[in-house]
Amino acid sequence: MFENLSLFPETASRIASEVDALTFFLAAVSLFFVVLIAGCLVILSLRFRRTRAQQSEQIEGSLALEALWTVIPLIIVLCSFGWGAKLYYEMRTPPKEGMQFYVTGKQWMWKVQHPTGQREINSLHVPVGETILLTMTSEDVIHDFFIPAFRVKADTVPGMYTSMWFEATKKGTYHLFCAEYCGTSHSEMIGEVVVMDPADYQEWLNGQPAGKNPIESGKILFENLRCDTCHAAGSGQRGPDLAGRFGLPARLSDGQTVLFDEDYVRESILEPNKKLSAGFQPLMPTYQGQVSEDQLLHLIAYIKSMTDSEADSE
Amino acid sequence: MSSSTTTQERPLGLDPEGTVHVSHDHHELGFLRKYIFSVDHKVIGIQFMLTGFVTLLVGGLLAMGIRWQLAFPWTEMPLIGKVLFPETGGVATPEGYTMLFTMHGTVMIFFVIIPLLTGAFGNFLIPLMIGAPDMAFPKLNMLGYWFWWPGIVLIAMAFGAEGGGPAAGWTAYPPLSTVEAAAPGSLSGQNLWLLSLTFVGVSSMMGAVNYVTTIVKMRAPGMTLFRMPLSIWGLLISALLQLFALPVLTAASFMQLFDRVFDSGFFTPPDVVINGQRPEELGAASGGHPILWQHLFWFYSHPAVYIMVLPAMGFVSDIIAVHGRKPIFGYKPMAYSMAGIAGLGFIVWGHHMFMSGMNPTVGLVFMTATIMIALPSAVKVFNWLGTLWGSRINLTTPMLFACAFVSMFIIGGLSGIWMASTPVDIYIHDTYIIVAHFHYVVFAGSVLGIFASIYHWFPKMFGRMMNETLGKIHFVGTFITTNAVFYMMHQLGIAGLMRRTADPYAYETYAHLQPLNQFISYSAFALLGFQIFFVVNFFHSIWWGKRVGRNPWKANSLEWETPSPPGHGNFDKQVEVYRGPYEFSSPEIEEDFWPQAAKV
Ligand code: HEC
Ligand code: HEM
Ligand SMILES: [Cu+2]
Ligand SMILES: [Cu+2]
Repeated sequence: MFENLSLFPETASRIASEVDALTFFLAAVSLFFVVLIAGCLVILSLRFRRTRAQQSEQIEGSLALEALWTVIPLIIVLCSFGWGAKLYYEMRTPPKEGMQFYVTGKQWMWKVQHPTGQREINSLHVPVGETILLTMTSEDVIHDFFIPAFRVKADTVPGMYTSMWFEATKKGTYHLFCAEYCGTSHSEMIGEVVVMDPADYQEWLNGQPAGKNPIESGKILFENLRCDTCHAAGSGQRGPDLAGRFGLPARLSDGQTVLFDEDYVRESILEPNKKLSAGFQPLMPTYQGQVSEDQLLHLIAYIKSMTDSEADSE
Repeated sequence: MSSSTTTQERPLGLDPEGTVHVSHDHHELGFLRKYIFSVDHKVIGIQFMLTGFVTLLVGGLLAMGIRWQLAFPWTEMPLIGKVLFPETGGVATPEGYTMLFTMHGTVMIFFVIIPLLTGAFGNFLIPLMIGAPDMAFPKLNMLGYWFWWPGIVLIAMAFGAEGGGPAAGWTAYPPLSTVEAAAPGSLSGQNLWLLSLTFVGVSSMMGAVNYVTTIVKMRAPGMTLFRMPLSIWGLLISALLQLFALPVLTAASFMQLFDRVFDSGFFTPPDVVINGQRPEELGAASGGHPILWQHLFWFYSHPAVYIMVLPAMGFVSDIIAVHGRKPIFGYKPMAYSMAGIAGLGFIVWGHHMFMSGMNPTVGLVFMTATIMIALPSAVKVFNWLGTLWGSRINLTTPMLFACAFVSMFIIGGLSGIWMASTPVDIYIHDTYIIVAHFHYVVFAGSVLGIFASIYHWFPKMFGRMMNETLGKIHFVGTFITTNAVFYMMHQLGIAGLMRRTADPYAYETYAHLQPLNQFISYSAFALLGFQIFFVVNFFHSIWWGKRVGRNPWKANSLEWETPSPPGHGNFDKQVEVYRGPYEFSSPEIEEDFWPQAAKV
């Protein structure tokens, strides 16, 4: 009945074996306590059956024991906490440099765009051994990008961006799933991740219709949507200079500061007057209904790429 | 703590001389007032219980539907298939499957576990165990039961709602749940679902107010807080959890309802395109945030999982002490740890949202709080073991179920630690491990705890014993099949199988898990089958069980001072409390038990 039952997923990313090590630690701790407690229960209930025990003992409690069985679990959970916290930070802090991919979830498919502009649906080709950064969102409901073999998973949420990173260590084809229930055909929202030699990846890219890369597309949009009329470089413009701002705090007119990140740019484009930047009038029109999720990602990619020097030269 | 004997305050419901108002004779009630629109807490408790059995059966059959689909996808579902999917001749549809698990979760949580624990046992036990003639607000109590009914009717209507039943999961995450185009069952079904939850919430709220007031104000003379049985502690703490958490869920449900009906857009982000349509095109507002719902929902629903287990913990403690003939080991640590679990329970909700783009620093806070819940939980488990040590165990059916609760709870608690370790949770979130986890705590924990309590308090409820042989068969069958079903789900989860998938074999890579899924399903059918022993035993014993006197288990707490079953007004004599509830095998007296109300 159970032939070829593979009950453990493949391990194919740098983080995967570290996650597995923690999992095995927890499995060992759990096994120990289950055996200990279930064993105790069985032994105690046999040993102290009414037929065997004459008189039960009058023990009402023991502070020493209470302390003991608080402190031992405390030590164990602190170990697993320290270990888990370190790994968690590592998993949630993407390296600075890497290949930036964009992912958009949609009922019921995954749309991916490569750093060089190629697009694919329900599959993701990546070179082995490179840091892959994903910026993700959803067009409709919440989905969840899950690659079991890499031990990575993150929701894609409409109206905001989430991120994920991984480094594949083994060539091959891996499964890509949607893990968050997203409606009728949730179980058919399936894809694959193909991990290739960098050379093969290059070749694969060359075989795809290239199109523009996200930054170039963003730049064109920036002009077509007339963003540049207000956001040109230099002071004295109607809108703030956007060059070199990404990742830094932005000051708002009410004195607060927010991080100039993907979500902030998105919000500025769709609901410009919700958070007004300090020293500016609420002049910016809303672009709601005029830009698609893809275009938003391109604008973000472009704004991210604007450096001071580039803006000066224009 | 008010010292017992000097308490001046007289419990409500006693007349000025301090004697109990015993008065069946001068107002003989008609059938309707006595059994249907009763204000007697015992009758209301039993009403909750019997209604809960029916909803349990419904929830159980829905679970069998889920298991059928996972074992034999897209084949004709026996028995319930024809009812649920008449248009396809009994074969599940993908939309139908999503409705199945949505309704299964909803029914089990809001219509079975919470009402059975707090509605049935809370009502039946609180006045009896603290020595009061009834609840503080008997009419409100009756109203609480009758407010549950619109909830039941609405959720039943939701099954047949236009466009299909609710299908957004019991967690109802927007925009899937708020935008009608997103899920087929999201036409009127989801509205009915939200309204139904509101009624259930109001019903629970009425109960909770009553329980807290009764426990605080109506304890018999001498019943200090630290002489209360742990059952009462569990019920008190879970009532407090309900008081503080439920308003949030009710408010959130209304916000979701407003989003759906008045297009208020609390949870709809700007610029979503669902099924090719923007909300604005449909006249709906947007500009909200879907994650807001998750915060509000889990702010209620994490405490709710403790509402679903704390009373059971209390009952099991009492049962272990009575059938082990031994004082509870560490009574105060047991009470404090329940309070600790409840307190921590309010600051851990974010552990359900680690994947939602949460800032890792915030995640770390939730991770810390969650992992700390392991400590009071461990204290409880070890104190149960301490109670068994040196006891004189009477392996009755209630005791077997109570011991099963302890061993099952620890499995659920330990998988909780896996999930609290966020890097591991990243892998197992939304896989079958989660399903295994919460079924170990809610089914193998609370439901087995409910069985233990039914076997234990049945004699008090109906004045007759349940059959031990049938009880033991029920126990063995239930225990084995429960583990066969839910342990194996861990394996599915480790292999990576996701929850809430209509067709797991759409994933080629999981096709080989089908035999395992079939094994689980067969075990689940057997699990349901074994409940026949319970049903037969229960109803047979109501009429033909062996008659018992006041105190068949030789227990100490006050409910056993009353006749079985207790009459109107509960106590036929004045009760006063002289000691704690766990004086078993005291060297000071000859008998091995020493009732709380016995003067010497
Ligand atoms: C009519 C002039 C105008 C146009 C056109 C315009 N903006 Fe703006 N933008 C502004 C002004 C004024 C502000 C500052 C006030 C505010 O925050 O709303 C601003 C703010 C911003 C900000 C926030 C900057 C900060 O320092 O906080 C971003 C990002 C931005 N715009 C992006 C864009 C993009 C992308 C486009 C084109 C799709 C665009 N804007 C088109 C006037 C404009
Ligand atoms: C030792 C204590 C516990 C810990 C540390 C713990 C931890 C967790 C965590 C972290 C999750 C989220 C997992 C995820 O979705 O990725 C979870 C889910 C859940 N837990 Fe627990 N838990 C504990 C005890 C309980 C108890 C006692 C109950 C119920 C009686 C319970 C019921 C649930 C339910 C119903 C879910 C799933 C909700 C859903 O997504 O549908 N848990 N638990
Ligand atoms: Cu999905
Ligand atoms: Cu929780």
